[in-house]
Amino acid sequence: MTVRVRAFARMRELLDEGAFDLQLPEGATVVDAWEALRARNRKIDALASSTRIARNGRVVALMSERLADGDEIALLPPVGGG
Amino acid sequence: MALFAILRDAIDPRALEASVRTDACGAIVTFLGVVRGSTSEGRSIVGLEYEAHEAMALAEFAAIASEVGERHTGVRLGILHRVGALNVGEVSVAVCAAAPHRREAFEACEYAIEALKARAPIWKKEAYADGGDAWIVNKL
Repeated sequence: MTVRVRAFARMRELLDEGAFDLQLPEGATVVDAWEALRARNRKIDALASSTRIARNGRVVALMSERLADGDEIALLPPVGGG
Repeated sequence: MALFAILRDAIDPRALEASVRTDACGAIVTFLGVVRGSTSEGRSIVGLEYEAHEAMALAEFAAIASEVGERHTGVRLGILHRVGALNVGEVSVAVCAAAPHRREAFEACEYAIEALKARAPIWKKEAYADGGDAWIVNKL
């Protein structure tokens, strides 16, 4: 299946793009998506504890949450708006 | 104009005030966030770059307005935030609260900007005169 990744701020810089598609096996979870992103750049580990992940606009509470084809996964580092 | 928006062009606070105002309102409080020319440590800033998850930011603005509505009946809130490159002196955010009386308007406006800074998925990078840059995380 294909999920759309949106990455912001430092996370966008580390992953080189702000929006891209990620191929994952059927039944993949948020953890699997994170591991696939780590394969792109392991430096994102430094942001793992502070970054929230949203699935289709809602912050996920459980990394074991299953993904579906067409989902949007957003990587949200600590915010700085205002 | 829309009460909640992420904008690429300059913010017009007067237009937002006109949008939140009704004939039941006797008070409008507007907060403007403005790009500073230096950090708290005195490092010279040449500009800021903002980015946002627009759909989530707009949902957060609406949630904040809903919370304000629960605290104070009759308050109308408007929130505009810029994205893209901003120069020193430009308005990055406008929060406008209209209410029957000034006390609710002041409280609603302060609540909204504090909630926005804590929660809205918006990011800011400072570019410095000495060539460096840094993502800034809001202190809560």
